Amino acid sequence: MTYSVRSATVRFGTAVALDDVTVEVPAGSVVAVVGGDGAGKSTLLRALAGEVPLDAGTVETPPKQRLGYLPASSGSWAALTVTQNIDFVAGIYGLAGEELAARRAELLDRASLTHAAGRLASQLSGGMRRKLGFVMAIVHRPALLILDEPTTGIDPVSRIDLWRLVSEAAASGAAVLMSTTYLDEAERAAHLVVLDRGRILVQGSYDQVRAGFAGVVTQAGHPVRAEWSWRRGRVLHEYWPGGDPSTPSSPSAPSSPPAGAAAVAPDLEDIVIALSLARRNAVPS
Amino acid sequence: MLGMRAMIVKEFRELVRDRRTLGMLIVMPLLLLVIFGYAANFYVSSLKTAVVGPQAAQAAKALPSFFDVTVTEPSGTQADAETLLRDNKVDVAFVTGQTPVLALVNGSNLFAAQSAVAALNKAGSQVKTQVLFNPDLKTSWVMVPAIIGLILTFIGTIITSIGMVREREAGTLEQLAVMPIRPSRVILGKIAPYFLVASLDMIIVTVLGILLFSVPFNGSPFAFALGAAIFLFVVLGLGVFISTISQTAGQAIQTAFFFLLPQILLSGMIFPLEAMAAGVRWIGYLLPLTYFTMISQGIMLRGAPIASLWLPFVVLTVMAVVVFTGATLRFRRDLAPGRPASPAGSQPAATETVSAA
Repeated sequence: MTYSVRSATVRFGTAVALDDVTVEVPAGSVVAVVGGDGAGKSTLLRALAGEVPLDAGTVETPPKQRLGYLPASSGSWAALTVTQNIDFVAGIYGLAGEELAARRAELLDRASLTHAAGRLASQLSGGMRRKLGFVMAIVHRPALLILDEPTTGIDPVSRIDLWRLVSEAAASGAAVLMSTTYLDEAERAAHLVVLDRGRILVQGSYDQVRAGFAGVVTQAGHPVRAEWSWRRGRVLHEYWPGGDPSTPSSPSAPSSPPAGAAAVAPDLEDIVIALSLARRNAVPS
Repeated sequence: MLGMRAMIVKEFRELVRDRRTLGMLIVMPLLLLVIFGYAANFYVSSLKTAVVGPQAAQAAKALPSFFDVTVTEPSGTQADAETLLRDNKVDVAFVTGQTPVLALVNGSNLFAAQSAVAALNKAGSQVKTQVLFNPDLKTSWVMVPAIIGLILTFIGTIITSIGMVREREAGTLEQLAVMPIRPSRVILGKIAPYFLVASLDMIIVTVLGILLFSVPFNGSPFAFALGAAIFLFVVLGLGVFISTISQTAGQAIQTAFFFLLPQILLSGMIFPLEAMAAGVRWIGYLLPLTYFTMISQGIMLRGAPIASLWLPFVVLTVMAVVVFTGATLRFRRDLAPGRPASPAGSQPAATETVSAA
């Protein structure tokens, strides 16, 4: 089973939040949506969840009973305890009695929340609250799981916990669509969607995205063109859409790196930044 | 000094952005002054009067203009006069054919009754005055039934709107929207607890009012409960409506205050409606508390049957239907923005495809 958003366009007034976006989410795999602030990640997720009406395009989702959604906001009821939160959501999906007790115990254990079962959601740490939100989103074993930045603002250990939970959900057959601002995280997904200002810059597996990347990224202490460079640790990376260093280009607007520049193998972060810069600097990539 | 200037500029910028607070600062004082200046009047200038008995016609002519005779019934008896008072058709009823003439006063309209008693006392031994429904003209007897309504209004609008808007503030409304639960069930599920708490409060306040202030309960508890339930739907609907036009609990409280204040001052609870300037009185007739007060005072003090209170019952029912439907439709819109209403409860298809309209 594959769920999808096809040729989706969403406008908020005059602003175009999604522009002809098509994304497929197959069962059993994790699709990660990456992009900067305002790229349209949340709108894409909310469109798939049926929360945002489309101006054009179609959405294919399971019925609500088989949909799990963790919004970017809290995802839990602050004045309820961890157990009460889970029981409330489970009750809406018709889970009760021993079945609920067993499912709750299993999920609390996997999310390492058993010791906090009696605590109010408002008293949980950020990471624990996100894990609770995740548990609430999968308590009914959804066929499609939509997670809006589940790991943002979470400490590294909790991020690992959450990723394990996401992988387990996919392994048990759920189609997972999640957004993230952490590119190292996105590299682990089966399929990546890179959004920038409402449009898809590139999508595919990590290897496909890397293989399809045109141009060269170089590394230096000082950039040749500041508007095409970004900092990575102690050095600056620079994108040359023209590609090969040996290709001659005009000296006024060089699109190829100078001879002798140190090319690097771009990782996902480099690729996302390079493609975003290419779009912003209006160079056809 | 520079820092303070920046602070002042920032504060004004925030204030200008917050239209609601700005409205409260500029419009509220003007409205309060004008409306309540005209409304604040305890003096009743004329009394609706009935005259019954053999000399009704002559007596009606002889009465000073302060008594506005609306009913003249030569064949009427004292029982007829009492019925007119119980149905709140008149404030005073004269029963002729006996010496001295008997004047019955409707004590449930406190200020009218006070004016009537003062005027009748001037007549000396010609008239025997008897105050019905509130013989000692106690303010508490008139206030307690009205305060029951005020408490219901408080719970219905402020507490309910805060409870509803909390979901929006916390972002959990979004989560409810994707769950397989009908918007109507979300709304009813959220409102039912407030309905129960308000009902319990109403019972406690009514019983306490009776015990502490010896307020009588002369009518049918069933009719009273029915009136309270209909009224509760109106104010709960108002609470839901307020939550749909507020983003935060603070805004909800502010807005509920806009609804609450006029109910206290213009519903006839404090100032008698008939003593208000006509330009302000009509506002009172738009407020649900006005009609609940008519019902609660009528049933508790006068023992009035539903038949004689049909008007407030009908008005409240219409208000309940309009306000509740409007508010829930608005709330629904927030809960189901994208999806066309899917037939929840029916057997779900394997997938749902939603196209742009």
